[in-house]
Amino acid sequence: MSAVIENHHDDHHHGPAKGITRWLYTTNHKDIGTLYLWFSFAMFLIGGAMAMIIRAELFQPGMQIVEPEFYNQMITLHGLIMIFGGVMPAFVGLANWLVPMQIGAPDMALPRMNNLSFWILPFAFFILLSSLFMEGGAPNFGWTFYAPLSTTYAPPSVTFFIFSVHIMGASSIMGSINVVVTIMNMRAPGVTLMKMPLFVWSWLITAYLLIAVMPVLAGAVTMMLMDIHFGTSFFNAAGGGDPVLFQHIFWFFGHPEVYIMILPAFGIVSHIIETFSRKQLFGYSSMVWAMLSIAILSFVVWAHHMFTVGLPLAAEIFFMWATMLIAVPTGVKVFNWVATMFRGSITFETPMLFAISFVVLFTIGGLSGLMLAIVPADFQYHDTYFVVAHFHYVLVPGAIFSIMAAVYYWIPKWTGNMYDERLGKLHFWLSFIGVNVAFFPQHFIGLAGMPRRYPDYALQFADWNMVSSVGAFLFGFSQLLFLFIVLKTVMGGKKATAQVWEGAKGLEWSVESPAPYHTFTTPPELDWTPSKAD
Amino acid sequence: MSGGSYYVPDQSRFPIFMAFSLFLLVMGASSTINNLDDPTSNSVYILYSGFGCLFLTMFFWFRQVIKEHLAGMDSNQLKQSYVYGMAWFIFSEVMFFAAFFGALFYVRTLAVPWLAGEGEKGIGIAAIELWQGFESTWPVITTPDQGEGYVLAEKSMAWPGWDHALKWLPLWNTIVLLSSSVTVHFAHLGLKNGDRKKFNILLGVTVFLALIFVGLQAAEYYEAYAHYGLTLNSGIYGSTFFMLTGFHGFHVMMGGFMLGIMLARSVFAGHFEDHDHFGFEAASWYWHFVDVVWVMLFLFVYIL
Repeated sequence: MSAVIENHHDDHHHGPAKGITRWLYTTNHKDIGTLYLWFSFAMFLIGGAMAMIIRAELFQPGMQIVEPEFYNQMITLHGLIMIFGGVMPAFVGLANWLVPMQIGAPDMALPRMNNLSFWILPFAFFILLSSLFMEGGAPNFGWTFYAPLSTTYAPPSVTFFIFSVHIMGASSIMGSINVVVTIMNMRAPGVTLMKMPLFVWSWLITAYLLIAVMPVLAGAVTMMLMDIHFGTSFFNAAGGGDPVLFQHIFWFFGHPEVYIMILPAFGIVSHIIETFSRKQLFGYSSMVWAMLSIAILSFVVWAHHMFTVGLPLAAEIFFMWATMLIAVPTGVKVFNWVATMFRGSITFETPMLFAISFVVLFTIGGLSGLMLAIVPADFQYHDTYFVVAHFHYVLVPGAIFSIMAAVYYWIPKWTGNMYDERLGKLHFWLSFIGVNVAFFPQHFIGLAGMPRRYPDYALQFADWNMVSSVGAFLFGFSQLLFLFIVLKTVMGGKKATAQVWEGAKGLEWSVESPAPYHTFTTPPELDWTPSKAD
Repeated sequence: MSGGSYYVPDQSRFPIFMAFSLFLLVMGASSTINNLDDPTSNSVYILYSGFGCLFLTMFFWFRQVIKEHLAGMDSNQLKQSYVYGMAWFIFSEVMFFAAFFGALFYVRTLAVPWLAGEGEKGIGIAAIELWQGFESTWPVITTPDQGEGYVLAEKSMAWPGWDHALKWLPLWNTIVLLSSSVTVHFAHLGLKNGDRKKFNILLGVTVFLALIFVGLQAAEYYEAYAHYGLTLNSGIYGSTFFMLTGFHGFHVMMGGFMLGIMLARSVFAGHFEDHDHFGFEAASWYWHFVDVVWVMLFLFVYIL
């Protein structure tokens, strides 16, 4: 090991190591970012395949393709894989690639721990997916794993599920500590907090949320483990516990988790809209304060997921108003994005198309969230397809569109090649149409009373379910085009300039494309005015 | 900011070894727990090998970090990163305990009274006569199902009154742990003033007190299981009591182990300078954190 120490001064400017060990032993933030992004893409396709099975089963009423028991496993794994394997690692991958470049740092603050955070994930998801082949099948209690479904009535594989959540959580906590420490300690001289790019701000806040709530999730699954195997009664009223306690603990994690999956998207979209409007971002500091407000409020709204479980009236009223309050900072952000585009010289490259549709469709998802926040209305909507439509609107054309926008926006910087604009636009339009055809009708069938998580449904829901399935297939298969575009760009293409986009501002655009393996070996000079109005 | 060039460590095998160790550990743990009733199961060896690999990887990883530090490769900026990293790690630990304290507060103030028919929710439970005869007390000795599915305890670990205070182990545990926070603080002062002997002795005393605490805690658990009939199976009081004190005890062991390592580094290898000793400082932060958790436990689990 001492060889590492002695060699260290010579290998400052070397390129990546050769062969597979480059990826296994790497300490480079760009390599690790790439690993995270490919891993999340793989999970996105696996979770997407499960969604295809779900929508195929729901194409017509009656049981067609799968057993109800397997259907339950599909909805559970689809949710868990998309959240913990798809969206979160994708954002961590983007943070790895971009945060050090955007603040003028050489790398993440703790590069070896960074690699550990990544390599835990493939093992964790191997365990989770292997539960499909265990006796009794995979977890089948929904991604929210409510007790007693996940305790008294759970299949034996729940133990493996619990431990895989534990190590996923460890990975998230270490990854977030790394991001926070990098942002607090590694900024180049002159990059003050209020001059940081918004993506960096969004990740600082996200990482803080993650460090605060992932341990709470660990606590929840630990109590489950004890209840199942060691005779405790946290979630069993017969012993003095309460199954509703599970829901409180879970959603104390779960609601901030929702914002963990959308705050980095806010950062990404702010950059893209600013660039393609060729203007300064409108209201930089209000954007920062809005994200901080959303993050703080996210800790006091968890019970709006539990309105129908039988909360005291005072709790329902408090959580209703606190939830509606979140619409204020979110509205600030939406108005700021619109004001940024106002009178801009807008061009509609693929990232901009995804970003604009993010603003529109995320707002639709936000407004249906506002409807769900109203207690008496929620009594009707709760656990129907209206909820499914709501959270898919904020997660698919919200979080996932922002990730796709980010990939198109920064891939020239990552690979040095431009993507194929024509194919990119095709991918956007197929996805945009697919996502709306898939999820908009779910509002209707939800309001008409179709409950979620059932493999079969009454005949009156048949038409819109078929439409929804067609949209889902269109969206799902369009993502193979995305895979093709990304591979094509990695292989080659028109060479990108350093700035790539005419209106792009920020330190990452000051280095050549592709970005050198080690971006900054000395602190860079800050020669750009960040997103504040002059 | 040093202004010089940045430090980026070379490639390292430790992270992936550690991830693999964790994989072995959790696979072993899951299959062991799932096969508790099966004496022929060999899963526990996977668990042991996971623990073994984890310890070895951590040993070599920390050794590497210490070597790099002694070789003068750590910039001030990197040292600052360790400081921030440890602070945020402790914050995550605070939130882990918050989940269990939250559960305790929830059952004490809401769930148990409701089960006994208090409040607007409780009226509903009482109306369907779900848990007849259950009374809301804390500690809950008789469970709502009157011990049908649980083994009821005879006695709780709560404050026994002033007459028996001196024979009450948690009081002694509090005294031991609070003293250890004082000794580790003065050990730190000794190190800062360049008094190596004072540092070694006081740190040794701290580790010794940690051992005493763990010993007393073990005695208390023995007492609970053997004489009070209080087990994990005794309903919600036993559940919260053992999980909160158990996780705290586990953290005491980890903190004591860290301080023990620091002691060994100081005595046998002469590590730490009066101005440069974050390894020790991080362990002492952790120790103070464990102490604060105990004070909360003493108040909310034992006294109130």
